[in-house]
Amino acid sequence: MDRDVVLEMRNITKTFPGVKSLSNVDFTLRKGEIHALMGENGAGKSTLIKVLTGVYDLEEGSIVMDGQNIVNHSPEEAQKNGISTVYQEVNLCPNLTVKENLFIGREPRKGRLIDWKEVKKRSADLLRELEIDADPDQMLGDCSLAVQQMIAIARAVDMQCKVLILDEPTSSLDDEEVEKLFRLMRMLRDKEVGIIFVTHFLEQVYAVCDRITVLRNGELVGEYKASELPRVQLVAKMLGKNLDDLADIKSGHEGHVDTEGPAVIEADDLGHSGTIHPFDLTIHKGEVIGLTGLLGSGRSEMVRCIYGADKADQGKLKVDGKEVKINKPLDAMHLGMAYLPEDRKKDGIIDELSVRENIIIALQAKKGMFHLMSRKEMEDAADKFIDLLDIKTADRETPIKSLSGGNQQKVIIARWLLTNPEYLILDEPTRGIDIGTKTEIQKLVLDLADQGKAVTFISSEIEEMLRTCSRMEVLRDGYKVGELSGDQLNQAEIMKTIAGGEEGDNK
Amino acid sequence: MTKKSTWNRLVHTPLFMPVVCLIAVLLINLIQTPTFFKVSINNGVLYGYIIDIINRGSELVILAVGMTLVTAASGGQDISVGAIMAVAAAICCQLLSGGKVSTNTLAMPIVLAALIGILVAGLCGAFNGLLVAKFKIQPMVATLILFTAGRGIAQLVTKGQITYVRVPSYKVLGAYIGKCPVPTPVFVAILTVIVMQLILKKTALGLYIESVGINGSASRLVGLNSTFLKFISYVICGLLAGIAGIVASSRIYSADANNIGLNMEMDAILAVALGGNNLGGGKFNMMGSIIGAYTIQALTTSLYAMNVSADQLPVYKAIVVVVIVVIQSPVFRKKIAGHTKRKAVA
Repeated sequence: MDRDVVLEMRNITKTFPGVKSLSNVDFTLRKGEIHALMGENGAGKSTLIKVLTGVYDLEEGSIVMDGQNIVNHSPEEAQKNGISTVYQEVNLCPNLTVKENLFIGREPRKGRLIDWKEVKKRSADLLRELEIDADPDQMLGDCSLAVQQMIAIARAVDMQCKVLILDEPTSSLDDEEVEKLFRLMRMLRDKEVGIIFVTHFLEQVYAVCDRITVLRNGELVGEYKASELPRVQLVAKMLGKNLDDLADIKSGHEGHVDTEGPAVIEADDLGHSGTIHPFDLTIHKGEVIGLTGLLGSGRSEMVRCIYGADKADQGKLKVDGKEVKINKPLDAMHLGMAYLPEDRKKDGIIDELSVRENIIIALQAKKGMFHLMSRKEMEDAADKFIDLLDIKTADRETPIKSLSGGNQQKVIIARWLLTNPEYLILDEPTRGIDIGTKTEIQKLVLDLADQGKAVTFISSEIEEMLRTCSRMEVLRDGYKVGELSGDQLNQAEIMKTIAGGEEGDNK
Repeated sequence: MTKKSTWNRLVHTPLFMPVVCLIAVLLINLIQTPTFFKVSINNGVLYGYIIDIINRGSELVILAVGMTLVTAASGGQDISVGAIMAVAAAICCQLLSGGKVSTNTLAMPIVLAALIGILVAGLCGAFNGLLVAKFKIQPMVATLILFTAGRGIAQLVTKGQITYVRVPSYKVLGAYIGKCPVPTPVFVAILTVIVMQLILKKTALGLYIESVGINGSASRLVGLNSTFLKFISYVICGLLAGIAGIVASSRIYSADANNIGLNMEMDAILAVALGGNNLGGGKFNMMGSIIGAYTIQALTTSLYAMNVSADQLPVYKAIVVVVIVVIQSPVFRKKIAGHTKRKAVA
């Protein structure tokens, strides 16, 4: 065996009722390398990670670490064996302070008591070393999601791990923070830590990774050196076909915007104190409006205010030309709105309920308690959308939590399409899901616009928005600072507006 | 192969463990007390241990139904149901006696007095619901208020005395209707369960409650009013506690503020847990709770049948409960499922 190899997984097979999740997958990680694990939703990335970290039992195959066979029965055991994981969703305690989160379960002690002074000192050192902008005494819940993520990584790093698994750590970080994280990853690489990096962002893979392992449908496609695998080929390997779709999804769509009739949504000085300053916004039938800006610029807050998730406390809102008052989400739903929230796990899925129940819940809520849909109606609706959106699930009665991220997102989209909305708000619908599904969702957005629906689309990936949106609103620090359309719709112009150069006199 | 998969599927049905536990308790009884399943007719009514369990378990079943909803919606329990039973009983009996300590004539139609009693119990539930749903107080703390104050209120209503209603027609609810050999509480329990099941089957209440219990924030965004749903579950729980209180009062044709429903909140919570329900809220299984309630009653009755005195009863009950709870734990279930699988492979 290669001396440099720190972790070797051989012939890993994992079966779930009705689905073979992994079959005979091999994976090799060397010391001091950053190794990307790539694949579509349901390719088996998460399953492989979970088998490695003991979340799932190892059924078949072997895991060899530093020349020794190991079996992890729990994440704690994996940690003892030197394998730490940082997940996409932060798994720390928001109601504890930063320092407590960093040292929980391994507090330095003075006699039998916790040495809080030492905890604080070491926390401060660690945060400084990793350039994380947080106070050790701050509540974790008060930190931004990005900082929480960094703290989770700091905790793992401080535990002297030999293998660090980063499961989509960059999904909620902005560019600058991603760069910080990369600096940190490179630093760890120099310290001979093996890093497994799971991500959907191609650019990031090529920015930091040495090697790439590609999985598809639970099988190993191959292991490649990043420098020797062109981007197009990587995409082709992940999808199992050559995909030109990404480039030309917009062609064939007319972009027929109906500006004649009353606007579907017309906000006039609408605002919610504390989150979004008063803004004007008009959206017509058949239009796809993009909201862009840095993290925390008020993109989500703007749509939440329209939808009534945060009740607007100033300004006026007209729907189809009529002034309306929206007190709660249900009011917005009755006016034909639908809202796919940014945080799928926290605000989207109802995890223990089945795929069927998750699909019909919004329509059922709209119909009211005393008009229960018949079992057949529910099943027909579920089957229709499982088929239409190609949702990969064992059964319509499978709990949604056992689906992969992208398929969960499709279920949420199905939930809203079932209510037949006139105006759809999609907040980061493509976050943390694979390219294939991303493309499908983008296509779907354009199809919906063709059908005369109004759509608001929010995404951190500007390219994605350029492909789908006919107009973009730019936000900064809770203000709407610009509106771009036509020829202005290019990356440079958007960047300039977000940054707010010399002509940024809106404030 | 098919045998294994049927067994596995059976093990994983939600009702499997609750039923197994009930059967186990009953079987042990059969060995200890051979006459346990004997049902005879004495004086025109059914008589026997098994009848006793079904009869005495009625109030617990009614409470467990309400507790299941509260648990599912709010992820917490209502510990005031026992006290609410006493309040309902006190109000009903006082209205019937016209304020006297003991009466031989009715001051008010029984149905009206009972309804008012149940309504007041519903108000108590609404109070709990207001604290939990609107003011977001933890259920245990919110219901602790009526848990302690409830019996005091009942004492105030009965002026510190036990109110007796010595009218034969008041005993009907806790005894027998005319010549019917089946005790009336059984019918009350069955009726309650049927009405509740109809509500859950014919309206979306069950789905709404599960949804709110699992993820309140997502439920709000799909248009559900989680505050109202939590509130209404406490109101239902209160109303059901009221019904249970009237039945318990009718059994002893009096309102004993100190003893009606004493410690029953704990049994009701236990019934929900034994039924395989997650006390943290979310998905629920009403039938499981009902089976759980009968299991607890079977345990109590069988311990009496084995001549365990009332003082020592809790100790034995605790032992059996520990065993049942461990058997039902996911860890243990996984073990048996895994064991049978390994056997099948070998």
